[in-house]
Amino acid sequence: MNLHELTAHELLDLIKAKKTSSQDVYAAVKKQIQAKEPQVHAYVRVNENAPMSSPPKADFPIPIAIKDNMCIKGQETTCASAILKGFKPPYDATVVKKIKQSGGMILGNANMDEFAFGSSTENSHFGVTRNPWNLACVPGGSSGGSAAAVAAHEAIWALGSDTGGSIRQPAAFCGVVGLKPTYGRVSRYGLIAFASSLDQIGPITKDVHDAALLLKMIAGYDPMDSTSVDVPVPDYTRSLVNNVKNLKIGIPKEYFIEGIDPQVKQSLEKAIDVFKQCGAQFQQISLPHTEYAIATYYITATAEASSNLARYDGVRFGLREIPGQTRKSPLIDMFEETRDKGFGAEAKRRIMLGTYSLSAGYYDDYYLRGLKVRTLIKEDFDNAFHQCDAILTPTAPTTAFKIGEKVSNPLDMYLSDIFTISVNLAGLPAMSLPCGFSREGLPIGLQIITKPFAEEMLFRVAYTYEQNTDWHQRKAPIQ
Amino acid sequence: MKNKKIINEEVVRSVASLARINLQAAEVKQLTKNLEDILHYVAKLEQLDVSRIQPTSHVLPLENVYREDIVKPSLSQQEALSIGPYHTKGHFNVPKVIA
Amino acid sequence: MRPSISIEFEPVIGLEVHLQLNTKTKIFCGCANTFGREPNSHTCPVCLGLPGTLPVLNKKALEYAIKIALALHCEVNPLIKFDRKNYYYPDLPKGYQISQYDLPIAQHGLLVISSGGQAKKIRIRRGHLEEDAGKLIHDDSLGCSLVDYNRTGTPLMEIVTEPDLHSSQEAYDYLHILKLTLQYLDVSDCDMEKGSLRCDANVSLREKGSTTLGTKTELKNMNSFKAVKTALDFEIRRHQEVLQNGERVVQETRLWNETKGTTFSMRSKEEAHDYRYFPEPDLVPFVVDKKMIDAARQTLPEMPDVKLQRLIRDYQIPDYDAGILIQDPALADFFEQCAKANKGIESKKICNWIQGALLQELNARKKSVTTISLTVQNFTDLILKVENGALSNLAGKDVLKYIIDSGKSVDAVIQEKGLAQVSDDQTLDGIVENVIKENEKVVQQVKEGKASAIGFLVGQAMKKTEGKANPKKIGDLFRRRLLNE
Repeated sequence: MNLHELTAHELLDLIKAKKTSSQDVYAAVKKQIQAKEPQVHAYVRVNENAPMSSPPKADFPIPIAIKDNMCIKGQETTCASAILKGFKPPYDATVVKKIKQSGGMILGNANMDEFAFGSSTENSHFGVTRNPWNLACVPGGSSGGSAAAVAAHEAIWALGSDTGGSIRQPAAFCGVVGLKPTYGRVSRYGLIAFASSLDQIGPITKDVHDAALLLKMIAGYDPMDSTSVDVPVPDYTRSLVNNVKNLKIGIPKEYFIEGIDPQVKQSLEKAIDVFKQCGAQFQQISLPHTEYAIATYYITATAEASSNLARYDGVRFGLREIPGQTRKSPLIDMFEETRDKGFGAEAKRRIMLGTYSLSAGYYDDYYLRGLKVRTLIKEDFDNAFHQCDAILTPTAPTTAFKIGEKVSNPLDMYLSDIFTISVNLAGLPAMSLPCGFSREGLPIGLQIITKPFAEEMLFRVAYTYEQNTDWHQRKAPIQ
Repeated sequence: MKNKKIINEEVVRSVASLARINLQAAEVKQLTKNLEDILHYVAKLEQLDVSRIQPTSHVLPLENVYREDIVKPSLSQQEALSIGPYHTKGHFNVPKVIA
Repeated sequence: MRPSISIEFEPVIGLEVHLQLNTKTKIFCGCANTFGREPNSHTCPVCLGLPGTLPVLNKKALEYAIKIALALHCEVNPLIKFDRKNYYYPDLPKGYQISQYDLPIAQHGLLVISSGGQAKKIRIRRGHLEEDAGKLIHDDSLGCSLVDYNRTGTPLMEIVTEPDLHSSQEAYDYLHILKLTLQYLDVSDCDMEKGSLRCDANVSLREKGSTTLGTKTELKNMNSFKAVKTALDFEIRRHQEVLQNGERVVQETRLWNETKGTTFSMRSKEEAHDYRYFPEPDLVPFVVDKKMIDAARQTLPEMPDVKLQRLIRDYQIPDYDAGILIQDPALADFFEQCAKANKGIESKKICNWIQGALLQELNARKKSVTTISLTVQNFTDLILKVENGALSNLAGKDVLKYIIDSGKSVDAVIQEKGLAQVSDDQTLDGIVENVIKENEKVVQQVKEGKASAIGFLVGQAMKKTEGKANPKKIGDLFRRRLLNE
């Protein structure tokens, strides 16, 4: 029995039946990390000081990978950026606290695009993560390390964060399940901010059942986060039912764009057939402002990011660089040199774009206009959900692309988030789950979107699909 | 695009100064090109009439979230200063600020 | 040389006051909101702006802001939000200050000042909540600057007037009445020296009768109301000279130099500020409904102008005395409690004791009546003892000192210190006899009709008894012996 290849719920059953122990599980995963990490590089840092087993009564004694943008007390947390090198937070993120309280063993900080800026994990200061299905391909991003770790069985499950698709797209590229909860469902306290009004933490798991368990563990109101919502957290495992009979599922006509990989389109069509066989009803819906989503996102998200990243100034923590000669004043030189040396190219690009769109004379044309179009995009979904219970789309227009393929064209990279970005702008929950493979053997993801706080519906639809297909049981060749 | 929104190296340098990033000459050139492309793409938002649309800065219908005025423990001076290496005599130090 | 024709100018002044609110905790985190501690000992991940942290508004800070808004007769905005003001400075940990931009808590208020005996309405443009920055210390000996973040996140209310003030005296009067009003609300220490109240001023000059505004300068770095007044005087004179020389005033920020008594330009090589305000996404909007406003209104105390009239009416004390009492609401309260203690002491007498001996002791100790251990019971006992002659006036003042510091009863102090007034005839007679023997010359003058010289003899007798003798009795004894009265 390869313990590291099992799901969390399978392991919990075995542990409960005393057929294995948290210690054995941990050892198996650590061994896998040692074996595969040189090829995959899913982690920025592997935690050498983690407890190697859980207390006997722990609810979830499962080894977990945490994206490098969630603060772990006393343990270096860097957002895969040079500017945060050496930063050891004096506090735990709320989700990290919950993981620890439930007996989770933190394997390490998973790699990511610097400050979650990217869709390929190529923007990490600590080097690229490779896709376990094809090491020449990217794992997606920005939570590429979390998704690759789960796909390569270097973690039983993982936490990622999603601002414009950063959980779902890497989950799709790596053939695993990725869930972005409703904005406000999971506390952001301790999540190093990219775009505060869009960021949300969520699970990356091997199947839908695990996603339900992990979401239940991390969700809930947090008095430390003004934007977390005080509504009860249901037991999502109760939604794991194989039944979508008479559910209305919408297919947005705008999502079948040019540039969508025919194999992706085909997989979606097959998925629709599976649902139809299970008794779901389909109808075409319209999300007319879809084509404006990426532009809206890059204006508003970068504006927030430019402000969120102002605190990396070399004063209190992380990197401090002082130039050899004075340019403006000793202080301003320190700010400017630190930020020049500390941020990578994509971070600078986004800070620049965000600063520009907020600055005097441009605010109304860019930032304010972006917020208004955001309203239209949100209304599109409100209208759509009058007609259907869930929306089905591909997660990404293509399968995982080659490392280096898109680095020289940032805009092209941005466009790969076309199906996921609107969901963040509207604050909705959405899940990506495996729905097939390309001829090249790369995974394809299916995205399910529901109304705010309708994660139960999400689980029901996803679970039904999973029960009637076996994509999720395929294992990456890296194993 | 309206003329005033043209991006050039001078604009890029002034934005970099606002963002406190010392850009190298090559970076200025690269970023001018990148921002030009992105803003050209973003200009599609101008196709929409948004004059009567309310902006959405929060998707949640939340309001009045606050906490009670109750003291919680602070970090000790030692804990606060040790988040980084830059401290002197109980203070964080920075290069001389010319007032 | 100045041109001979002098144009008459009128100053136009607007004030911007930053008030630290005395909530128990900071505005967005649970750190204690206290002063004078070890540097960087009152911080947490939130107020240090550490990555991943989020602000949560202190409800009390919002309640205080509503109280201030009501006391300044402002409209309270039914919907408020917070915005980020972005700029880089070492004392600003997040690289932005959480403030309020287009939906402040308070707008369109007014404060009535009394300047030169005339009431004048000063319009308040807006009041908003924001967080304070840390403290930057410039240390030449170290070759670097130091930052203390204890102050970071202290709740601030910024109160901005319309340019309705037309002299430095009016500015001074405005600050005085504003401070008094805020003290009544008990929302701040209002101590300019400690920085809990800070004031910047905008000043411009225009030709008298004109309605167009001249170019303004912004004055900063004034550490007292008096400094605001003198800085404004200096700046008004400077503008006047510039204008009379036919030159233009440069719009700029100028710092007041207290020791030199001048303002100087804060010439900055930096680019113009572009604060890039945008709505703070980490906080949700706040609806200030009627219920909240009514609740705040319930907690509003009697305001100083109302209290003044009531004290005059209810206690029949002179305007002047009431005017002094209302400067310190705690003192006015103390007065009222004493007056209500109903010991048959005239209200005016209580006033005298408060304004004289008590204020003197408080000032000497730099304390307030609420921070010493003086009870109404003790204070009125003391006044009564002096009034009925059990204690001399002088000894009474002495006793006051002891009871303020020790909290012991008047009787206990009198006994301990042996300060009881000597009124017994036999003892006093002996003393009077001695004084008469020792001061023959003065005695002669008295006998020759210079009755006022008795005062000197009484003084001598008091000296001999270390002030314990009853001066009235002593006087009577001298008159009986020397003038056969």
